[in-house]
Amino acid sequence: MIACHLPDCVGVGFKPQHFEGITEASGPLGFIEIHAENYMGAGGLPHAMLTRLRADYALSIHGVGLSIGGSGPLDREHLKRLKMLCDRYEPESFSEHLAWSTHDGTYLNDLLPLPYTEGTLRHIINHIDEVQSTLNRQMLLENPSTYISFAESTIPEAEFLLAIAERTGCGLLLDINNVFVSSTNHALDPRAYLDQFPLQYIGEIHLGGHTEDADEDGRMLLIDAHGSPTADPVWSLYAETIAKTGPIATLIEWDNDVPAWPLLRQETERAFSILEPARAQHAA
Amino acid sequence: MQHLFQNRFVRGLLDPMPPNPSKRFAVYRNNVFVSFVEALKARFPAVESAVGTEFFEAMARDYAGTNAPKSPLMMEYGDSFPHFIETFPPLADFPWIADLARVECAITQSYHAADSTPVGPEAFAPIAPDDLAQLRFTLHPALNLVASRFPVATLWQMNRGLAEPALLDDYPAETALIQRSNYSVSVKSISPAGGTFLTALQSDQTLGEAADKASAIDSTFDLTAHLHLLIADGLVTMLTLNRSPQ
Repeated sequence: MIACHLPDCVGVGFKPQHFEGITEASGPLGFIEIHAENYMGAGGLPHAMLTRLRADYALSIHGVGLSIGGSGPLDREHLKRLKMLCDRYEPESFSEHLAWSTHDGTYLNDLLPLPYTEGTLRHIINHIDEVQSTLNRQMLLENPSTYISFAESTIPEAEFLLAIAERTGCGLLLDINNVFVSSTNHALDPRAYLDQFPLQYIGEIHLGGHTEDADEDGRMLLIDAHGSPTADPVWSLYAETIAKTGPIATLIEWDNDVPAWPLLRQETERAFSILEPARAQHAA
Repeated sequence: MQHLFQNRFVRGLLDPMPPNPSKRFAVYRNNVFVSFVEALKARFPAVESAVGTEFFEAMARDYAGTNAPKSPLMMEYGDSFPHFIETFPPLADFPWIADLARVECAITQSYHAADSTPVGPEAFAPIAPDDLAQLRFTLHPALNLVASRFPVATLWQMNRGLAEPALLDDYPAETALIQRSNYSVSVKSISPAGGTFLTALQSDQTLGEAADKASAIDSTFDLTAHLHLLIADGLVTMLTLNRSPQ
């Protein structure tokens, strides 16, 4: 049902500094993920590396700039660029975020939150219909990490995502670190969120690191910084989720303070140690 | 309704003195500004080295406040940064820094430019000597030129740790030639006459016209040496005579 053709393996967000490490000793790596916008130049090193890796690995193209939750129309030029990229590399998966980043022609380079209402739901469904028909493929939509919530929200996030998946036919990308970050920031229970989450629509899982801070009232504020190893409570939630869903393609995201390849590879091995038994059991 | 909400949100993000700076909202403000500044630092390391990190970050925030990106292609962010630097009052006594920034803009362009296969010296074989002056050159898409009143290529090399920093006794004008070979971008210094020659070829003028323009600037302009540079560095992708490719 979910047209995500990534293998049920561990992947990493590809960084050019890891090119040699990956081509020499990739460990349990089964796929790579790229940020679409970094490969929208005409040629040069990014495409040379990607073409080389594409020959050996399944590929996930992950957009960060389409602003699906934006109040204005989608950027058609950007959608065209995404289509060109998807046509060129034929990725096993294309995904984007439940967030907005462009407003009145200004690009804010961050994944910004939106209220969950019947109105925003209809709007996002229209945008996802447009993306899927333009790209001629099913996409995955990722749950966001948020620091604020909106009084006008009337629909819980997991329910909002379910409604989108049901009405557009898209799949979902479950970012478990985002679940932990948002739940902590809004004083909610991440397990309750995951219990509500429509597991049957998940095509890919993201894991990544966060940092700890506090707001002015001294309440814990987690920042989705992608600059450290995945935290232990997130690994626990991951193992619990995989126990329920069976094996699912799982990505380690590490975008800032990027470590040397061996350290990132350790993270992939940790995910593999959870995923592999589930896969063996699933196959049995 | 959603549009108005996003209007307010964006004003709060970009306002230098936000009315309601709650720490939670400030996470977004901080993400946005840090990402803009980091993008500029990644693209303009020589400018950062020349002015110092603290100065650079303050200038980058100033720029970002009025020049937020217009597209999700962050590789293009900062195209107008050289102009901003040129008119940035604290740098009025350092007019060469804007040209340094122009070199760095061109480096990104070269890095991402289309791939194209260069021609070798044999491409000249079928050209009759009498036709040479009428020849037109298609230069590699990753070739960029930045003409400057200052020794901009040397200054770039010094600020990237590729040349020993030194006090420059005189300030010869240089044109920076930015090119890509084996996916790696390099910057070299050529004379203003050489820069004029390549710019003329790049804008589809004939070899004869380009050579005349260069010689008008510098009577000692060495055409053979520059043709050798073009071919040896793989900077020419096609020769055209009378509009039909050779």
